[in-house]
Amino acid sequence: MIAPLADVAAESSTGEAVVFWVTAILAVAGALGMVLSRKAVHSALWMALTMINLAVMYVANSAPFLGMVQIIVYTGAVMMLFVFVIMVVGVDSSDSLIETIKGQRLAAILLTLVMGGLLVWSVGNALTDSPSVGLTAANSEFGGNVESIANLFFAKYLLVLELTAALLITAAMGAMVLAHRERWAPLLTQRDRSLRRFRDGGHPGNLPNPGVFARHNAVDTPALLPDGGTSDISVPAPVRARGDERPLDRVDIDEVRAISEGENAIVEGDDQ
Amino acid sequence: MNPSNYIVLSAILFSIGAVGVLVRRNAIVVFMSVELMLNAANLAFVAFANMNGNLDGQTVAFFVMVVAAAEVVVGLAIIVTIFRTRRSASIDEPNLLKY
Repeated sequence: MIAPLADVAAESSTGEAVVFWVTAILAVAGALGMVLSRKAVHSALWMALTMINLAVMYVANSAPFLGMVQIIVYTGAVMMLFVFVIMVVGVDSSDSLIETIKGQRLAAILLTLVMGGLLVWSVGNALTDSPSVGLTAANSEFGGNVESIANLFFAKYLLVLELTAALLITAAMGAMVLAHRERWAPLLTQRDRSLRRFRDGGHPGNLPNPGVFARHNAVDTPALLPDGGTSDISVPAPVRARGDERPLDRVDIDEVRAISEGENAIVEGDDQ
Repeated sequence: MNPSNYIVLSAILFSIGAVGVLVRRNAIVVFMSVELMLNAANLAFVAFANMNGNLDGQTVAFFVMVVAAAEVVVGLAIIVTIFRTRRSASIDEPNLLKY
């Protein structure tokens, strides 16, 4: 299923050049975006773009198995782990832009430019006229890329593979130990919470609903008390904190009182 | 396609990752930059495997991926633990070992 795709990409040279230039530009754009974006979430998404493009490049280099592993393990698992940790740590924990070491940023960029230039110049120069053997023969030795890699894993690199298993188990244990938090107080059951609610006083049940009147029925309208005043706790606390509580509209109340006391239904303040 | 193209791209990605490690202050972004450097090395491995007609490079790239996954798990757990005590993901904050 995957192997013919790699063969096609390896055979057609112009096709591979197009794939290379598109994915290379996107990968470098993703890497730059990852380093330059202020927020960690944006960095994670740029990083995912880079990794997907690298996976395409692996497939173009007759490594379809690695390409799939790259997508599943890196963009699927590792980047989602990053996003989860960003969720735990806080989305808007953006960088401070103050330099703690003077000139560190400039020195870092200059040194990295020198290092990158050296790498590109020396390694790129050394490889300019080296022919590519291609993996068609190696891949077809055992029937396909996956089978040939499996032959290496389970024969030549068997010990390394088993050490990798030990490493993964140790890493899982380490993560559990590090991320574990001791419980200092006993877990509160529903009964404990209920008892505490009554012992501490306050309002044990539901708070009263906001007032629903003919003119306003939004939550910022306080409920009326029997004595004609308003109940503060009937308005949600955030609305109260913002000072958005709607003042009491006395016209309705006066009207109702006038009717109930048997007076004329039309009172002063009615502007009809 | 000449393998030097892939190697040059790998060097560029590695350098960008190095800049990220050195310049960024958020521990998570620093970690992502380390991942980028590992990915660049993987790309070089895969390109060299294709160039030499030998699957050992792909195998090594696979092991690099496994080690990177283990490293990410432990590193992110450390970041979460530090965040719990210091309420910050900045790498300038944990300076208890400094003095």
